[in-house]
Amino acid sequence: MEVSVRHALLALLSEGPKYGLRLREEFEARTGEVWPLNIGQVYTTLQRLERDGLVESDDDERDSPQKRFRITADGERELSKWLRTPPDMSSPPRDELVIKVLVAMRLPGTDVREVIQAHRRYLVELMQQWTRIKDADAGYDLALGLAVDAELFRLGAVVHWLDTADGRIKRAAVEPPAPPREDLPRLKRTTGVSP
Amino acid sequence: MSMLELRQVSKVYGEGAAEVHALREVSLEADTGMMVAVMGPSGSGKSTLLTIAGSLEEPTSGQVLVAGQDLAAMSRNDKARLRRQSIGYVFQDFNLLPGLTAAENVSLPLELDGVGARKAHEAALRALDGLGLADRGSSYPDQLSGGERQRVAIARAVVGDRQLLLADEPSGALDSANGEAVMRMIRTACKRGVAAVIVTHDAQLASWADTVVFIRDGRIIDQTAPAPGPESLLGQDR
Repeated sequence: MEVSVRHALLALLSEGPKYGLRLREEFEARTGEVWPLNIGQVYTTLQRLERDGLVESDDDERDSPQKRFRITADGERELSKWLRTPPDMSSPPRDELVIKVLVAMRLPGTDVREVIQAHRRYLVELMQQWTRIKDADAGYDLALGLAVDAELFRLGAVVHWLDTADGRIKRAAVEPPAPPREDLPRLKRTTGVSP
Repeated sequence: MSMLELRQVSKVYGEGAAEVHALREVSLEADTGMMVAVMGPSGSGKSTLLTIAGSLEEPTSGQVLVAGQDLAAMSRNDKARLRRQSIGYVFQDFNLLPGLTAAENVSLPLELDGVGARKAHEAALRALDGLGLADRGSSYPDQLSGGERQRVAIARAVVGDRQLLLADEPSGALDSANGEAVMRMIRTACKRGVAAVIVTHDAQLASWADTVVFIRDGRIIDQTAPAPGPESLLGQDR
């Protein structure tokens, strides 16, 4: 989040010089107001950008609302590089939900499918709330639609994983899986669960 | 008002060792203007639930009430009339008749119910217009895109004065944008007072509903109660 605020501000400044307050308004408007930003965050980020030589300001007055910022050539280069650099998605994250399901599977007296359902219900409820935002907007605000879609796809993928896990666990109860082969790589360490 | 009510509905296929319990004591309610999604994997009983709710199949035990009327207490003719007049169905594969135009497909349930051809045609064109298909009335199904065919199927399901819409995977094989358009149309029908029950395995489709009911192995195991209004998501500092 910190990183993307930094680059979002650079993007807004690449359109021309702007005041801090205006930057906050435009940031919120263009992310469909899904990601609120406080003015303190804006000024802290601008100070860091200025320190790094990516933006410069009109005058030396500290944090004055009258202070106008503009992007530098280094800032333009940084922005262009950032847009084309894929975020790191290579290593499996320590997903808390995955860990909970794996733990529930091994815990005596715990119905793992009931644990899965508790998470599924919570996620679908969140998705209903996001969809309601989309429904109310009727598709007019493109930025809002895209931001809400991103949340829906992300949450939907987690529900899909839970559904798949549920099905696998149900089948495994009927036909237990074959014992693991010794030559297969072990993932236990990366998912953070002790055997 | 409750437009559809299932009370302790069970459905068993086969006998003895071959017995399959498709539904086990399922209770469900859909009020006027509400959309209920029944979410579950294939084989969970969700399609059986829909055919029983639409009186296309009889439950082994339990009661089904449509607009307060107990289906078990109705004659075959009365049930057929209820199906024609009050219930609209949308199937995954659309089920349009290939030899009829879009408008003829939509007017068919009205004509079967004795509405005059001209009146039925006018109602069909109105329903198509409401779904953005005003200029496609005289096209045949094979001249329409997948998204257009599904919209025709929805127009057919809501034509006339139907109060209960039953849909089985209503966005079928459509892409996300067309799937969303279909769900928006069903929501619009709900805002006009239709009660809708959709069954799906897809959380994104289900999330258009007011309530999502989860079905597993023929049993309803849970349902959602989302926080009202979007305020809890927007404007919070995360």
